[in-house]
Amino acid sequence: MPDTPSLTVLLFARYAELFGAAELRLALPQPATVAGVVEALRILPGGAALPLNPLVAVNARQARSDQPVSAGDELALLPPMAGG
Amino acid sequence: MSVAFLTELPLQLDALVAEVAAPECGGIATFLGLVRNHQEGRAVERLEYSAYHPMAEGECATIVAEAMAQWPVRVAVRHRVGTLLIGDAAVAVAAASAHRAAAFEACRYLIEELKRRVPIWKKEFFLDGSVDWVEPR
Repeated sequence: MPDTPSLTVLLFARYAELFGAAELRLALPQPATVAGVVEALRILPGGAALPLNPLVAVNARQARSDQPVSAGDELALLPPMAGG
Repeated sequence: MSVAFLTELPLQLDALVAEVAAPECGGIATFLGLVRNHQEGRAVERLEYSAYHPMAEGECATIVAEAMAQWPVRVAVRHRVGTLLIGDAAVAVAAASAHRAAAFEACRYLIEELKRRVPIWKKEFFLDGSVDWVEPR
């Protein structure tokens, strides 16, 4: 039986603390877009505290909320950057 | 061959200066960002830096390429991750050019863009035991 199509979500800093995890596997949501993934995360425990439009990278490149995502993609939820 | 941007080891500004120095360069501008002992009136004990490594390396390379396209400079940039104490260097930038104006401008561009665009985060541990994620406002 084939695996359900899924993708990886990396969580950093404050977002990792919200979910109590640095990495999640999610079934590919409908719609299969960045915004769809954010909506799927929002209903998980801890997810309600996410901002409405968090910064997201797909495969290590910053992405728009309407960008399509595919099974096997690596998404990263990025809190406001604070280097330096 | 470029050196990795992120490192867990202490930053050595003289190593960056040596990297960018060249016979045709008449000046080197540097910036060293340090962990300071206070944040909005609260006493800081230490910071913990973390990063999304592959994206941070890629974004830093992009910013370096942008600087080199705008100014005739040789540049080096490093950022430390892990636990840093008061006075430790968190970020180091060096820009060398034939004349000082390009070196200063490129150095400023690199640190400002790095802070704005590179996925690095820091958690502040205060002397009173409280903890906060630093978020720019």
